[in-house]
Amino acid sequence: MDLLYARAQMGLSLAFHIVFAAAGIALPLLMVLSDLKARRTGDADYALLSRKLAKGTAILFAVGAVSGTVLSFELGLLWPAFMGTYGEVIGLPFALEGTAFFTEAVFLGIYLYGRERIPAGLHLFSGVMVALSGAASAFFVTLVNVFMNDPSGFTLTAGGPVNVDPVAAMFSPGWRHQTAHTLLACYQASAFAMAGIHAFVLLRHPGAAFHRKALSIALPLACLSALVQPLVGHQSAEHVARAQPLKLAAAEGLFQTQRGAGLSVGGLPDVETGTMRYAVEIPKGLSIMAFMDPDAEVKGLDAFPRDEWPPVAKVHVAFQVMVGTGGAMALLAVVTLFLRWRREAWPEDRRVLWGWLLCGPLGVVAMEAGWLVTEWGRQPWIIRGVMRTGEAVTPVQHLAAPFWTFTLVYVFLGAMVVFLMVRQVAGTLPGHEPPVGEVAHEH
Amino acid sequence: MSTELWLGGALVAAFVLYALFGGADFGGGVWDLLASGPRKAEQRALIAKALGPVWEVNHVWLIIGIVILFSAFPRAFAALSVALHVPLTLLLLGIVFRGTAFTFRTYDARGDAVQRRWGLVFSVASVLSPALLGMCVGAVVSGDIRVQGLVVVSGFFSAWLSPFALAVGALALCLFAFLAAVYLIAETREPGLQEDFRKRALGAGVAVFLAALGVLVLAREGAPRVWEGLTGSPFALVLHAATAVAAVLAFGLLLARRFWLARVAAAAQVGLIVVGWAASQYPYLVVPDLTLQGAAASVATQRALLVALAVGAALIIPSLLFLLRVFQSAPNVPISPRPPGEGRGEGI
Repeated sequence: MDLLYARAQMGLSLAFHIVFAAAGIALPLLMVLSDLKARRTGDADYALLSRKLAKGTAILFAVGAVSGTVLSFELGLLWPAFMGTYGEVIGLPFALEGTAFFTEAVFLGIYLYGRERIPAGLHLFSGVMVALSGAASAFFVTLVNVFMNDPSGFTLTAGGPVNVDPVAAMFSPGWRHQTAHTLLACYQASAFAMAGIHAFVLLRHPGAAFHRKALSIALPLACLSALVQPLVGHQSAEHVARAQPLKLAAAEGLFQTQRGAGLSVGGLPDVETGTMRYAVEIPKGLSIMAFMDPDAEVKGLDAFPRDEWPPVAKVHVAFQVMVGTGGAMALLAVVTLFLRWRREAWPEDRRVLWGWLLCGPLGVVAMEAGWLVTEWGRQPWIIRGVMRTGEAVTPVQHLAAPFWTFTLVYVFLGAMVVFLMVRQVAGTLPGHEPPVGEVAHEH
Repeated sequence: MSTELWLGGALVAAFVLYALFGGADFGGGVWDLLASGPRKAEQRALIAKALGPVWEVNHVWLIIGIVILFSAFPRAFAALSVALHVPLTLLLLGIVFRGTAFTFRTYDARGDAVQRRWGLVFSVASVLSPALLGMCVGAVVSGDIRVQGLVVVSGFFSAWLSPFALAVGALALCLFAFLAAVYLIAETREPGLQEDFRKRALGAGVAVFLAALGVLVLAREGAPRVWEGLTGSPFALVLHAATAVAAVLAFGLLLARRFWLARVAAAAQVGLIVVGWAASQYPYLVVPDLTLQGAAASVATQRALLVALAVGAALIIPSLLFLLRVFQSAPNVPISPRPPGEGRGEGI
């Protein structure tokens, strides 16, 4: 039972942190882009947008910073055996992530509070540094997850790891796909959320120039990431098919090893009977997708011992959600880019705006679902094939108490952040704009 | 010098910097809670103005320390996070509420009542967190945390709830409040505010002295090995003599109203106390079962970490100095009696 609470607490902390971390990575980029546009065009709206995004970054980064502090402690508080035994193998990317995070915090301080105090070029440089170091910290911390999925860089003995090579461990197999996939997800989630918010305002106030411009900053990044992500995701899946076949089998709900395996779309795997229900099957689809060969053999769950199976239904559903939302976003991106090409302006008709409003939350949904696929898909291991999650958990008891405490805290913080963000946007609605002279002092 | 010693030094450096910056940050929250007198609002505004640009950076030192601990000395990290699970969890709650309350207060300027509520959360968390931190330190040096192999055998409560650990918690709280008060004097040129914080600094200085005395008295029973270290080795004696000189100097400079020099002396005092703590428990990371060498990661990892830390320091230190320079150079800026979020104008 305590293991379940420990997993729930870690999962909740990560699920919460991921959203803010993603914003801390992508919003600085959007902030710098609108800053650049403001300089090029001299348009005050872009300058205001850049300030608004800087404020949003400040709020989200603060919450990301404290939830990240919590996580760095929770690694030990919940999984002391994992950190005690393998901390030395995988400490390097953590140390680099700490460095990158520190750099981001320093330059964010300079950017937020230095606008009027330092030369404009230096101010912009600080913004670029915030965006770069944010991306670097996500890169490094994802490398830890890569290691947990496919550990390397040490020799396993009964007494623990020997011959430790921290650099090899840091670049465990599949690191290219997984870091690219994660970084893109951060940009995609944030850009879609931003586009959704401004589409919402434009639907109610079609003339709002500020929000049209804001949308024009968010849409390029949203479209680009939505189109590249499926390609990167596909490569990632090809890698998983070879390196972690059990995870693929669970994600696809494939119970029997077979040649020419079909791709199940939707559906609910039933572990008791070993069958997939309610799924639409694309013949040979899985063999083609995973191995580029319609008759390739794909390993099913039956190729692995029952006690090493991940929770098949959860992994499959999360995977379907990720692929489905990713597909919807890619489709919207194609339509939007086509209209942009035809009309030489970002589309503003209501149907497209409705599309962006509805797809606004999907980036975050896809990101959380994808993270669940990789985490649930690795169970019962904390480090695949090396240490089981149950072996890593703390001997401290009554873990229900911290779990419920942190759950309440996160719910409260989440509500607060939403409230503050709504207020940030509300200040820019037509009729609510501050008088021009007070723009510099608005909240 | 062996790699363990370098990394141990880096760990101590991270904790010194955390005490100097993060500690003063906590102390600022303490004075926010204790703001009083005719300039109550101005005091709070000065604290918020001083903390605003740097509070996040101030607390990253803790993350750096934790990361060094778990990657260079993983066995110690594992043992500590089991033995100190409860106070560390409470500390985390304090850190979460403190940081978010400060940010929300800054950006949620709906009116005085709401601001006060966030301010209260911020300041209460600022009092509890350093006390818990001190209790954890007290537990580590006391020798009450016992580890066999990788297993903690001393339970989850007694080590950090001993009278000695509680005294260290009180000392940490007083010390950070003292440091913050001394820092804050030099943040303003308004004589009234300077006098407010000078009085607070002197009062906190006396409290530090009393708490340190309490720790010393209790150490004999509560932390015998540290007591030996404090009184036995000549190196430690020199260190503690230097601490005492810095403390007396800081006090004298406050009385003489030499505020910038007092700042330097107070920072030296706090830094030396942290170094003195580390020296008195050397070579132990967790007294008495885990030494620096015994808890260390493999040599390859240690080397890689040292390289990473050096690269990081080369990147961070210049930019951090720049940040501090930009925001320390303007004590003339008038302080609005309005709560933060109003008076700070641009860019917030």
